[in-house]
Amino acid sequence: MILGYLIGLIFGTGILISGMANPAKVLNFFDVFGTWDPSLAFVMGGALVVTFIGYRVVLKQPSPLADSKFHLPTKHDIDARLIAGSAMFGVGWGIAGFCPGGALPALGTGNASVMIFVTALVVGIWVATWAGRRILVAA
Amino acid sequence: METSFTPLMSLAGGALIGLSAVLLMATLGRIMGATGVLTGVIVPYTRSDWSWRAAVLAGMISAPVLAALVTGFRPEISVPGTPLMLVVGGLIVGVGVTFGAGCTSGHGVCGNARLSPRSLVATGVFMVATAVTVFVIRHVVGG
Repeated sequence: MILGYLIGLIFGTGILISGMANPAKVLNFFDVFGTWDPSLAFVMGGALVVTFIGYRVVLKQPSPLADSKFHLPTKHDIDARLIAGSAMFGVGWGIAGFCPGGALPALGTGNASVMIFVTALVVGIWVATWAGRRILVAA
Repeated sequence: METSFTPLMSLAGGALIGLSAVLLMATLGRIMGATGVLTGVIVPYTRSDWSWRAAVLAGMISAPVLAALVTGFRPEISVPGTPLMLVVGGLIVGVGVTFGAGCTSGHGVCGNARLSPRSLVATGVFMVATAVTVFVIRHVVGG
């Protein structure tokens, strides 16, 4: 539990100083033909380099330190659900300017816009989870 | 609205995000995805899965509180969209990340670092969809 808390703290601190919790900055990354701010490429670059190298070392171990095995995603098929879901995520991200990882740490600032976004995000996840189970049952 | 280019802060922040992903894999053997963490807390499957995700979420949320207390640092959060756009965007993001099984952290960082084909495709799709949406809002509708 303490481990998880500290890891969340590191993630949240990274999000805050990177600028990912600031929709104005995030949206400007995508606005190449307007007020372009390339900072986000550096966030992604920094995160990817560290994770790519770190995973190479960690995943060579027989198991993680505090669990019996690595819990890696088991799905490999690139289906319509993956593509449609990701496209929807992009549209919503472009409208609101927050992604889940950017918004969750920002909850701790008490910012009203973040509260509104995360409430809607939670409802969206509930609805999709419920609908997804119905689709599975129907199939 | 212009924002200033912050390569060093963004690189350092990104490195911390990567560090948290590596530490979570090294200790609990899990993917560091904001979607997975939040979904695991609000749609719990089992008690053991709930507790580590709740701990990570609590850590995330307390980051700005601790940062403000210790260093006085307050992150800038300026929102160009209206409250209605936040609600609509939030709902669409919630549905999208559930069906897409991940977001910028789960697919964009962890999945791509594993060279997962699903994550590479998902990241390409949502980055293009976001760019098109921002272009339409700013230069077609608002232009």
